[in-house]
Amino acid sequence: MKRIFPILSIFTVILLAYALYEALVVAPTDAQQGDVYRIIYYHVPSAWTAFLLFFINFIASIQYLANAKPATKAAVKWIVVAIGVVGVVACFLPPVQRLLPTGMRPSAVATTVLLIPIFYFLIGKFFPGERLDMLAVTSAEVGVVFCTIVLVTGPIWARPVWGIWWAPGDIRLTSTLVLWLIYVSYLVLRRFSSSAQTQMLAAALAVFGALDVPLVYFSIWFFRTQHPQPVIGGGGSMDPRMLHVLLISWMAFLCFAFLVCWSRFRLEVLQREIEESHAMESLGSGAAAKASLPLSRSSR
Amino acid sequence: MNAIKFLFAAYIATWVIHGAYLTSLVRRFSRLRKQMKEASGFRRSASDLPPQD
Repeated sequence: MKRIFPILSIFTVILLAYALYEALVVAPTDAQQGDVYRIIYYHVPSAWTAFLLFFINFIASIQYLANAKPATKAAVKWIVVAIGVVGVVACFLPPVQRLLPTGMRPSAVATTVLLIPIFYFLIGKFFPGERLDMLAVTSAEVGVVFCTIVLVTGPIWARPVWGIWWAPGDIRLTSTLVLWLIYVSYLVLRRFSSSAQTQMLAAALAVFGALDVPLVYFSIWFFRTQHPQPVIGGGGSMDPRMLHVLLISWMAFLCFAFLVCWSRFRLEVLQREIEESHAMESLGSGAAAKASLPLSRSSR
Repeated sequence: MNAIKFLFAAYIATWVIHGAYLTSLVRRFSRLRKQMKEASGFRRSASDLPPQD
């Protein structure tokens, strides 16, 4: 594993450089916005990566809460399977399809629903026990970094295009800001609370926080917003060359996020090992003190 | 030309944020390594002590 990290780092750097070259040089200039539209190649992949990381945090938090009791664990497992099966079947039923916003493909919704059980079982398999909590904090922290980039690059893009930095009351912008604030509060809770229930509380907060992600995503379909309609899966007409560069950029950002998550996870593991060894030492010294107590009493 | 300024500002801001986060990770790693060294040094010195009979 130690050899994979540097190899993957070199690959990611090359991919990021290639994505930057594609974004600035190869991608065609937009007819309406000019070159400033190229912010899309950092803004949109950062948003997608943040959503993915918050989704991982959501799944890990649910699993952490469910694992507290064996009965809950089994029940949640079957609920997740049911969500996957019912969700996929429902996406292809005409009455449900009529409820979907115009331009949204049922296959895209079915794939997204199917990701819930897939991620649930994969995460459960590779991150057992306390590692689930470590994964949750890792994905939340890295997700906040990517969400911060979305909130910074968005206004920088909005200024020359809309003429304003921020559209107050716009549901897409406001819900993204709320999402960021929820996960920042999650990290603050984890950082400064010393209660024994902190991990449980944080997991519960993460589950509620994740409910904001669909609101952010679907807000541009269901509400009138300043924010443009989606470029993928929403019936938008993006130039294939632009789409190609966008996907390359997302791949590069995903690789980068994976590496950062890997490092952050390793940091969390080390931190908990040290905390554990400190606790063992203090327990050991406490036990030694207790053991030496009768001796000292008898020596008196 | 003015719009280009915004494009570069967005790209630079992205890498400044990533750079700041990576720096914080490196600092946290080095602090942990220091703690580990101190802990191992403490354990070594504790094991060097003669047994109390």
